Amino acid sequence: MSIKFPIYLDHNATTPMDERVLEAMMPYFCEKFGNSASRNHAFGWEAEKAVDLAREQVADLIGADAKEIIWTSGSTESNNLAIKGAAYMYGARKGKHIITAEHEHKATLDPCKRLEKEGYEVTYLDPPLDGVITAEMVKDAIREDTVLVSLMWANNEIGTINEIPEIGKLCKDKDIIFHTDATQMVGKLPINVEEAGVDLLSASGHKFYGPKGVGCLYVRRRRPRVRLTAIIDGGGHERGMRSGTINVTGVVGMGAAAALCKAEMSDDAIRLGNLRNKLESTITSQLDGVAINGALDKRIPHTSNISFAWVEGESLMMAIKEIAVSSGSACTSASLEPSYVLKSLGIGDDLAHSSLRFGLGRRTTEEEIEYTAKKVVEGVKKLRDLSPLYEMHLEGIDLSTVEWADH
Amino acid sequence: MAYSEKVVDHYENPRNVGSLDKASDAVGTGVVGAPECGDVMKLQIQVDQATGKITDAKFKTFGCGSAIASSSLATEWVKGKTVDEALGIKNTDIVNELSLPPVKIHCSVLAEDAIRSAIADYKKKHAEAATATA
Ligand SMILES: Cc1ncc(COP(=O)(O)O)c(C=O)c1O
Repeated sequence: MSIKFPIYLDHNATTPMDERVLEAMMPYFCEKFGNSASRNHAFGWEAEKAVDLAREQVADLIGADAKEIIWTSGSTESNNLAIKGAAYMYGARKGKHIITAEHEHKATLDPCKRLEKEGYEVTYLDPPLDGVITAEMVKDAIREDTVLVSLMWANNEIGTINEIPEIGKLCKDKDIIFHTDATQMVGKLPINVEEAGVDLLSASGHKFYGPKGVGCLYVRRRRPRVRLTAIIDGGGHERGMRSGTINVTGVVGMGAAAALCKAEMSDDAIRLGNLRNKLESTITSQLDGVAINGALDKRIPHTSNISFAWVEGESLMMAIKEIAVSSGSACTSASLEPSYVLKSLGIGDDLAHSSLRFGLGRRTTEEEIEYTAKKVVEGVKKLRDLSPLYEMHLEGIDLSTVEWADH
Repeated sequence: MAYSEKVVDHYENPRNVGSLDKASDAVGTGVVGAPECGDVMKLQIQVDQATGKITDAKFKTFGCGSAIASSSLATEWVKGKTVDEALGIKNTDIVNELSLPPVKIHCSVLAEDAIRSAIADYKKKHAEAATATA
């Protein structure tokens, strides 16, 4: 099979929508266009029926009840609703302390930052080198006044999986609301909100082959019944937690995507895990000075984040320009900040500047992975020939002892 | 980010990659930048001591495509110039030649610094040599 260029290996950023999802959505644009909130005619009922089916499909994927799914515009909104909504609802009564972690997505960190300005206190757990937050770490941070713990299920940059069921149990024991941003986990590996003791869970349709601009927040209804202060007020849709006419086509697509994942994710996970391992072993067997970031055995199977010593990430992306990946470092701002996620793990700035994230997906082929590994190895070798740091390394100079001139 | 054609050309066919003998009297070496800032440039010049002209220049750069292109261009430009003429190369000349966007201007600044630093190293060697023989 011939390779179609460019090769897409950025599935953590977004996934291509599955054609079967598009098919499911099509009737709801022009033909079955009703507003699912229209209670008194067939157009509304038809739309509501479709939305209810999607609710069941998404609920089924995460082990929830359909009534516990609140539609949103995506995980950014779901995280905002979960974090601010729980803090506002329970903050006054229970306390104003929140626990999260430094390597969370901005869609979690920024709502927490806003709450800090409003008088809440936030503990940002400092992740260990392997990136995995354990129940033990959370336990040590819990206080009398802790009202909410928000920790992602799988990390979007390095793919590591936190100890969610253990943390869920801990929070349950301590009567603390537990939110998890499962954007990178849903549809990739089987999860169950009951078994994991999750109270609130964010998901986004476009991360699992559904459409963009639609997501959901799972809100637990029993043991305990979680209540949230709405962020968007209006017509009182979604049990009053999220007003606004439902994006029926988007929701139908997200439901269809969830049903496909439920059926196919186990096979996908095995296939993509093997391809990911092949990518990593091909690269590490041909290059020295390569570090795979994050706990190797606690990762979602389709994600690999690799640092290449002595070369810079953006120039490496140029060397493999027919392959779409994401670079941890973005040399696009004057400050040249490397990825805050990698920095939070405590890996050196030099390695944080030279990392690539490979995100495999449903359509990724073995040929694409072989080609990618070959191109990466060639690119790194070329850039090392150009690199004064590599030259110094070969001369036996310890780069950490060099005094660099400021600029 | 889309790179200009000239940046891509220098990136794909970098000019004057390599190293000169940094212990040699005729060679000036400049190393600027820092790994944690995402770029390090090493630029070296070889000077004909009779004429004061730069006869050869080499570079190695750790950095983005624009940093590589800026230093590659700098080696092309200093060759054939006298040391003092080379000091006249301004980062804005590099920006214009390579059509660097605002976020990449620091790459050109670094290349100018690298030229100055290599020349300063060369001059320092000769000031020392002058005092040593005096
Ligand atoms: C972990 C995580 N949380 C939240 C988001 C935000 O999702 P969306 O852009 O769909 O709102 C993303 C996507 O980048 C993500 O990876």
